[in-house]
Amino acid sequence: MIVRQAIAYRSLALVIGAALLCGGCSVIDGPVLDPKGPITLAERDLLFKAVAIMMVVIIPVFVMAALFFWRYRGTNRNAKYTPNLAYYWPVEILVWGVPAAIIIWLGIHLWHDTYKLDPYNEIDPSVKQLQVQAIAQDWKWLFVYPEQNIAVVNELVFPAGQPLSIRITSDTVMNSLVIPALAGQIYAMAGMETRLNVLANEPGKFWGRNMQYSGTGFADQQFRAIATTEEDFDAWVDKVKAASGTLDASTYEALAKPSQKVPVTYYSGVEPNLFDSIIAKYSHGDTDRMPATAAHAAPAAEPAAEAAE
Amino acid sequence: MSATTMTVTPQDAEKYEEKEFGFWLYLMSDAIIFALLFATYLVMVGNAAGGPTGKELFSLERAAGETALLLLSSTTFGVAAVALSQGDRPKVLLWLGITFLLGAGFIFLEIGEFRGMIDQGAGPDRSGFLSSFFTLVGTHGLHVSVGLSWIAVMFGQVVFKGLTAPVASRFMRLGLFWHFLDIIWVVIFSVVYLPGLL
Amino acid sequence: MDIFGRLTIDSLPFYSAIAASGAGITVLGALSVMAVITYLSAWRLVLFDWVSSIDHKKIGIMYIMVALVMLMRGFIDAAMMRSQQAIAYNNEGYLPPGHFDQVFSSHGTIMIFFMAMPFLSGLINLIMPQQIGSRDVAFPFMNAISLWLTTAGAGLVLISLVIGKFSTAGWTGYPPYSGSQFTPGVGVDYWLWAVLISGVGSTMTGINFLVTIIKCRAPGMTMLRLPVFTWTVFVTSILMVFAFPSLTVAAGMLVLDRTLDMHFFTNGMGGNMMNYINLFWLWGHPEVYILILPAFGVFSEVVAVFSQKRLFGYISLVLATMAIGFLSFTVWLHHFFTMGSSARVNSFFGTMTTIIAVPTGVKVFDWLFTIYRGRIIFKPPMLFTLGFLVTFTIGGLSGVLLALPPVDYLMHNTTFLIAHFHNVIIPGVLFGYIAGYMFWFPKAFGFNLNEKWGTWSFWCWIIGFYLAFMPLYLLGFLGMPRRMEHYEIAAWQPHLIVAAIGALIIFFGIVCMAVQLIVSIRDRQSALDLTGDPWNGRSLEWATSSPAAPYNFAVLPQVQSVDAWWDMKARGVAYQRPQQYEDITLPKNTFIAAVIGGSAFVFGFAMIWYIWWLAILCLAVIFVSVVVRASDDDSDYIMTAAEVKAIEDERFAQLAKAPKNEMADDPGFAGEPIPEAST
Repeated sequence: MIVRQAIAYRSLALVIGAALLCGGCSVIDGPVLDPKGPITLAERDLLFKAVAIMMVVIIPVFVMAALFFWRYRGTNRNAKYTPNLAYYWPVEILVWGVPAAIIIWLGIHLWHDTYKLDPYNEIDPSVKQLQVQAIAQDWKWLFVYPEQNIAVVNELVFPAGQPLSIRITSDTVMNSLVIPALAGQIYAMAGMETRLNVLANEPGKFWGRNMQYSGTGFADQQFRAIATTEEDFDAWVDKVKAASGTLDASTYEALAKPSQKVPVTYYSGVEPNLFDSIIAKYSHGDTDRMPATAAHAAPAAEPAAEAAE
Repeated sequence: MSATTMTVTPQDAEKYEEKEFGFWLYLMSDAIIFALLFATYLVMVGNAAGGPTGKELFSLERAAGETALLLLSSTTFGVAAVALSQGDRPKVLLWLGITFLLGAGFIFLEIGEFRGMIDQGAGPDRSGFLSSFFTLVGTHGLHVSVGLSWIAVMFGQVVFKGLTAPVASRFMRLGLFWHFLDIIWVVIFSVVYLPGLL
Repeated sequence: MDIFGRLTIDSLPFYSAIAASGAGITVLGALSVMAVITYLSAWRLVLFDWVSSIDHKKIGIMYIMVALVMLMRGFIDAAMMRSQQAIAYNNEGYLPPGHFDQVFSSHGTIMIFFMAMPFLSGLINLIMPQQIGSRDVAFPFMNAISLWLTTAGAGLVLISLVIGKFSTAGWTGYPPYSGSQFTPGVGVDYWLWAVLISGVGSTMTGINFLVTIIKCRAPGMTMLRLPVFTWTVFVTSILMVFAFPSLTVAAGMLVLDRTLDMHFFTNGMGGNMMNYINLFWLWGHPEVYILILPAFGVFSEVVAVFSQKRLFGYISLVLATMAIGFLSFTVWLHHFFTMGSSARVNSFFGTMTTIIAVPTGVKVFDWLFTIYRGRIIFKPPMLFTLGFLVTFTIGGLSGVLLALPPVDYLMHNTTFLIAHFHNVIIPGVLFGYIAGYMFWFPKAFGFNLNEKWGTWSFWCWIIGFYLAFMPLYLLGFLGMPRRMEHYEIAAWQPHLIVAAIGALIIFFGIVCMAVQLIVSIRDRQSALDLTGDPWNGRSLEWATSSPAAPYNFAVLPQVQSVDAWWDMKARGVAYQRPQQYEDITLPKNTFIAAVIGGSAFVFGFAMIWYIWWLAILCLAVIFVSVVVRASDDDSDYIMTAAEVKAIEDERFAQLAKAPKNEMADDPGFAGEPIPEAST
């Protein structure tokens, strides 16, 4: 009975290992483990560091479990049996102390990296940021480029190597903007502004989407995020500027109506102050609104170059 | 019915102590509900959405009147409690009755206040600020109303059962409840009405 | 005024085959139960011995029955999600979004509120009073109200399958999506009232258990002699009393928004959705510790009994439990790191979250060291415990990862999160309560559960779990969000197929549990627990008969040590026949609690469908019931010493026929309890 169980445990381990290996292949190329920007690279590094340090606790648990479950099975009369061993202070010191030490080490990294990777921080403030305003709608994303006076639905194009500074709000329920290969997510909420700073190291095609369930069209609320060369970006801007439609108040209202699987749409002009007016529509000067930058400390002194390492 | 049958066995005394302790725990959970309602109010006090604010709506006189009625009712309840310990049934009934009237007066004033605000277009559906105001003050008012019905039931029990040990135990718990609501009102007065008006 | 509120014939689920089948199964299920009871001529028994009972043991059993029924219902939701996601690559699958969204919402709601909460309330009710040497909980009548309020909430979720629809806003119900602007209709209201009504029951339960532990312990049962299970119940109860009010406020405000057009959480008009999220998670985080601490308690009991060794590190375990309880109130923001709070705020809550891993880790090590130099007996409760120790650790690891805000920015709302919380809830909470169910079943019913089926159930559960949830970690790394009704990324599908297979194997695990129950009932005469102590247990619940007499202990035990029962056995004072019996006061049965629960159910239904006259009527019924009960000074009856003696004599007669130790035949048996030699 016990031997059967041991064999079963080993087979279980094999099955899991195989499954993980098979799954692991595609995962290595997945957005989280193969990041394409300094933010996600830093986030992944923190993940690896944390996993590594936690192994100090995890591996002993697995080893002890395997050893103890086998050695101390009731029928094994060779093993020592001490039925009243209920306390041993060195063990106590170890099991409280080692995890505490790990948590302190982790805490330092947590604190440091949370400040460094605050989504509100501009990546390398010494460089000009590309300003984009993102408005979540049901069930699509509207991106406004205020400096170029263009707007796009479901496509975010930007030059690789130039930091992208996105101001985000919602004209519907709570959404969450993410481009997994490049930057972690942040909520989009009506009447409030949040910020996300993104940087792609090299040109590439990525995807972004809404991560906060928002209704029937949620599954399709995905957009293309494309990092291009400088020239290609300028060419793209020109292409958008050649579009026939502009995003004025009435076009915006029509667009904001619920729709799913919306194809990429270009607008060659944008209603001035559109983004701010959408926020104002909801916020009425309320005092508890999400402050855009008030709560967030000044960007850390570390330049983007270090983050891009 | 005899004046008092308050001889209590040790097991019964234990049972009443447990009930009182349990009731305290309930009051603590209620205190948390109110604390969260206060926190919500404080966060949303500035969210008038372009509508009326406390300054325009609150009346110091009425708030003072409500305060006086409620605090007085706590005092009269205390007198009734003393009467209970003395085994004086008629006195208990009298002061319980006065407590009820004072509490009812409080509710009457509060309903008037709410009605007036709603008629002015300043109902709980006007803005986040007003939603949190009506909910905080209204939840307290709801508790007071439940307290009033409890006082009425207590009145009936004293009439029909007399000042027995179980009746006395319930009476004490009612007292805890009533005084607790008093404290909450003092905080409401201090956090909602005074800052709103000053 | 419309007599039916907003209820119309269109509220019936004839708009879709799937909805109609769901309704059909629910109605059929209810009718079958009633048919079986009629067939067995058991209505008298059901009504007068169970529904009207306020005995904690019966209440506990009824809670567990609710939990097991809802486990099946919630599992069907899971199976639907897994099968939909396995096939819905580049196609719509078989579940349209509106339906899929109801399914994921009801899955979470059911599993947390109507499976895990009743399961733990049931086990605690059944066992904790016996563990502390008490005759009942402090407030038996309120105990029954809690049961029936929970059942009322479960009833609302079930009836939403037949009349109307359920919420599509997830088990968390975030506004403004869950507000009336974006989700009008009854779905969210069903969710809100189910949660509110059962939440009141849970608050009362917390108060009840807390007073019981503080005030009703047997002589000599100091706090530091309590079994660790009771310690976890103690801390859990504190969490219940202090956390549930926050849920009441959050859900209550959302009801006000939806029903009376208020603006707590609306877009605009001064509403702020962030308040809901704070209030909800202020409850939500302590809630997950409410769910798991009693399971940790179960594991503590099981690991000691089936290692045939004292639990290692008692003081550490108690301190760790208290630390977890306290810390659970300091971490709630980690559920919304991505809501835009500053780095300082995020770092604080992230750090507190990682700190909570320390006492949890201590517990895992203490359990492992209990096994160290013990003699393990691999009965099903122990199998679930061993499976927990290994598997939960992985979940703890993923939790620490998610506690790092920058990592959470990537992984939040992905399937990585789903994998994490299932990785702690299933091996942690569910295995704990299944272990508890199998461990304490003989105490509840007087006969043992079939071990073979229990073992098979365990293997299906654990293999199924790994297959169903490890792929979700990988999918999180691939960026897959949660709550996806269909998707267009090919790389996701293979993992989802594996996950669906895992769900299928879990289904077999559930089937094994059902077969186990049926077979055990059929074979009960050959598996009787004659002594009341089938596992050579250590704590006082094993001192009573199986099932225990209504009064639990004829004479309250005198406790002299931790592991009180083991100590009594070792000193040779177990099973001592008292010189003399005394009259025992017990609460009478009463239907009032069930009436209150039933009225609460109808009240919820009426509030959902805007049938105002019915709502007021129900409130009146509840008020009158409470007043009637509160005016009843004669709610107890006295069991005379003679009656007690008769019951006890029968027990001692049975003991005479029983083997000295029911575990003596097990090949791993390590020996009788002996007095502990001074170290």
